[in-house]
Amino acid sequence: MRGTFLQPPKFLIPGLSLIACVIFWHLASTYKLDLGLVSFVYVPSPYAVAVAAGELVTSSKLLPHLTSSLSRVFAGYGAAALLGIGIGLFIGRWKLMESVLLPPLEVLRPIPAVAWIPLAILMFPSSELSMIFITFTGALFPILLNTIHGVEAVDKRLVASARSLGAKPWAILREIILPGAAPSIITGLTIGMGTSWFCLVTAEMISGQWGIGYYTWESYLIQRYPDIVVGMLLIGILGMGSSFLIKVAGRFLIPWYHLRRNV
Amino acid sequence: MNAAASTSSAVSASNLSIHLGRGADRFEAVQNVQFNIRSGEFICILGPSGCGKSTLLGALAGHLQPSGGQLLVDGKPVGGPGPDRGMVFQQHTLFPWRNVIDNVAFGLKMRGVNRSQRLQQAHEILQLVGLQGFERRWPSQLSGGMQQRVEIARVLINHPSLLLMDEPFGALDAQCRMEMQQLLLEIWGRIRTTVVFVTHDIDEAIFLADRILVMSPRPGRIIEDLRVDFARPRDAEVVTTPEFMHLKRHCLELLRHEQGRALPRLSPLGIPTAEPQAII
Repeated sequence: MRGTFLQPPKFLIPGLSLIACVIFWHLASTYKLDLGLVSFVYVPSPYAVAVAAGELVTSSKLLPHLTSSLSRVFAGYGAAALLGIGIGLFIGRWKLMESVLLPPLEVLRPIPAVAWIPLAILMFPSSELSMIFITFTGALFPILLNTIHGVEAVDKRLVASARSLGAKPWAILREIILPGAAPSIITGLTIGMGTSWFCLVTAEMISGQWGIGYYTWESYLIQRYPDIVVGMLLIGILGMGSSFLIKVAGRFLIPWYHLRRNV
Repeated sequence: MNAAASTSSAVSASNLSIHLGRGADRFEAVQNVQFNIRSGEFICILGPSGCGKSTLLGALAGHLQPSGGQLLVDGKPVGGPGPDRGMVFQQHTLFPWRNVIDNVAFGLKMRGVNRSQRLQQAHEILQLVGLQGFERRWPSQLSGGMQQRVEIARVLINHPSLLLMDEPFGALDAQCRMEMQQLLLEIWGRIRTTVVFVTHDIDEAIFLADRILVMSPRPGRIIEDLRVDFARPRDAEVVTTPEFMHLKRHCLELLRHEQGRALPRLSPLGIPTAEPQAII
């Protein structure tokens, strides 16, 4: 704790950094900065974006946009969490399952969300489900792979010890494998939350009316540039916020882990 | 007479061999081993690093399968691991996500004992190993000696008929090791379970054991079955007596005689493997 009083407050430097970015953005867009490779000529200024944001907030549209996006992301993410952790435990625990399930999954993994759109529309009865599916594909792989990694990294001696203490296979999964893999699973859940938001605009290209992603995409189609930036920032902030929530919840679930790291 | 002999021996091994590794790397870690252990005896298995003494212990625990011969515990062939054969490793294997008392009560939980009874019994056994007041600590908050005490308590709560210990004090400093040896003898004096204690430390073996089985380097064979007759309870004084020195010299000669190549350490789970690789 030495020298605590000399350190700047925790949020000072991150705050200043954000303000500096906004100032740069303001100057670059007002003075139409043109760097040749990248140009700010058509980039809306922070002020124009703030006005657009004000309009969105005061309109009655913000709430339905938000609720539709949030429910899609959480539904897709929830399904990805259940399946990713479930299959991950299975694959990590049984070598046979790894050779059965992992190869097809590895082929699907590099496919970007946007490439899923046509199939998602064909495969699911409603566009709502197609959109949920696309946010699901975004979250699944980080959760799945981190779960597998976590399960495989569990100390074999702990499993042996548990067996010598009378634990049956199901108890080993619940008492040793799951908590042992928990730090890695939580990392996967945190990353997955971000990638799920990442796929939102893609997913809501299918949408007809509501959603932050749809709002952003529509603004691009009708060339309302300040609105695009408002949509982008909203997605960024919501994604960051929900990842942060997962991180905090995770820390609460594995107190022993953070304690060990600080020793 | 035969029936009486088989019931009185807690452990009996005949022509026991254990192979480790696969394919071309397969080797014989324990070769044609023969011994009997009576119920309530304190046995030390003494041998150089990599000689297969931990492998033998792993077979007793049920983590490793013998490749030949017979291994009986309480008259029955060893199947898989079980709570009747408690195992203490060199590096503690306490569950980091459970505090001390829940680690100790783990075996009872597996038997379906209700929580209040679990905690009460765990309290009692923690008192036996001198750890009252540390119930709520996480394992990582304890010293190496305390971690091994918890480990011993966690095994004893199952009332094992056989207590298997794989160099349990090998990672502790000399002072702490001496304390733990005395504590172990004190506990054993009260509960009198059969103990098989693996070590490469001659002093430790002589101080603790009723009998020492001395093993040769790989492939591990038992080259001597030594009786240690010091009166119990034993205290630290015994290590300076001429009889102790005499035994120690004898053990040194046995081990020196068999010295030569240094082998990698084996574990009761077989050949220590590298950390699993990340797939990401």
